[in-house]
Amino acid sequence: MAKSLAQEFTKGLWKEIPPFRLVLGLCPVLGVTTSMKNGIGMGLATAFVLICSNILVSLLRKVVPSKVRIACFIIIIATFVIVVEMMMQAFVYGLFLDLGVFIPLIVVNCIVLGRAEAFASKNSVIPSMADGMGIGLGFTFSLAALGAVRELLGTGGLAGDIFGFLPYELPNLFGASFEPFAFAVQAPGAFICLGLMLFLLNLVPSK
Amino acid sequence: MEMIKMVVVLTILSVISGGGLKWLEEFTKPMIEVQELELVKGPAIREILKGASNDPVESRFKIQDGDEERTVFVGAFDGEPRVAVLEVSGKGFADKFGLLVAFDVVEDKLAGISVTTHKETPGLGGEAKDNPAWAAQFKGKPVNKQCKVTNDGGDINALSGATITSRAVCDATNQALAKYEEFKPQLVENMKSAVK
Repeated sequence: MAKSLAQEFTKGLWKEIPPFRLVLGLCPVLGVTTSMKNGIGMGLATAFVLICSNILVSLLRKVVPSKVRIACFIIIIATFVIVVEMMMQAFVYGLFLDLGVFIPLIVVNCIVLGRAEAFASKNSVIPSMADGMGIGLGFTFSLAALGAVRELLGTGGLAGDIFGFLPYELPNLFGASFEPFAFAVQAPGAFICLGLMLFLLNLVPSK
Repeated sequence: MEMIKMVVVLTILSVISGGGLKWLEEFTKPMIEVQELELVKGPAIREILKGASNDPVESRFKIQDGDEERTVFVGAFDGEPRVAVLEVSGKGFADKFGLLVAFDVVEDKLAGISVTTHKETPGLGGEAKDNPAWAAQFKGKPVNKQCKVTNDGGDINALSGATITSRAVCDATNQALAKYEEFKPQLVENMKSAVK
């Protein structure tokens, strides 16, 4: 492993940013990004699961027999997902109502399992944590960006809060005469906005 | 040898995970109940009991049903307590769901139902909660008749594409009907003092 810790961390923020570079885990990406608030909430929930599961998978990598490793990873990931689900219900119920069924679906998010299998099970704890944080933050950033684009086009402004803190409100960024594209916040709009963002990102070379 | 190791590792992991989650559940349960009451059940109760002269969320009492406690919400109209709201849970298409069933104790009729927490598919089973016109079918049904969807010979129109959810809501309503029969004297007795 010649890569430095900083490289493990920053690769998730740009070079391998999910879901744009690693086109993985698209179900929550398309499903919850109707607003920036939901995108950030979902991204941070996934990041938490990713960091915790990466740490644990890495700690247990020598104990877990390779034949049952996937089952063990799933147990670890599922546990943290339920932790997130219960904490959200206890503290930010409104966000839980918005994200709904997508929170339990983090269990089968292939980014989380992918990092456990491809990285954490082969590396020691600190790099695994850095990897989880990088990929998690990258995912949060992507979801927030996609959510912001859709919310802007769909409603003409941005409004919400982050986990009940930091409320923000930017109404009518395009002027009062702007006619919102309700299409952008509906399901087909998710595909089109994601496609446009992929196109823009691919204009910039990744290396 | 490897076989034993696999079994042991998986067992230990599952036990730790299960135990930890149980502890967390105990810890977060009271907070989740408060949040649910405020954000899901509260609005649903107020919607069913529109026009009530009291605050139905505050006017609640508990009754003992076997080992469990059930919370009953009371709606008063013109100062007279007349609607009792029972909460039951049913097994939906995806997972358990919560259902509030309101009974008019004076006329022995259903005063309305409302799905609270659920994990049904949005747009199909989720309509049970999101489409008030569908839930309104239950309003005014007599308490001595079981609810059934039209496919099963009843008079409730199932949600299109969500027969399982519709049946589940009917089953849960019937469960509430049975509870109402069982506890009616107790309900009527407690309702007077509960109104706030």
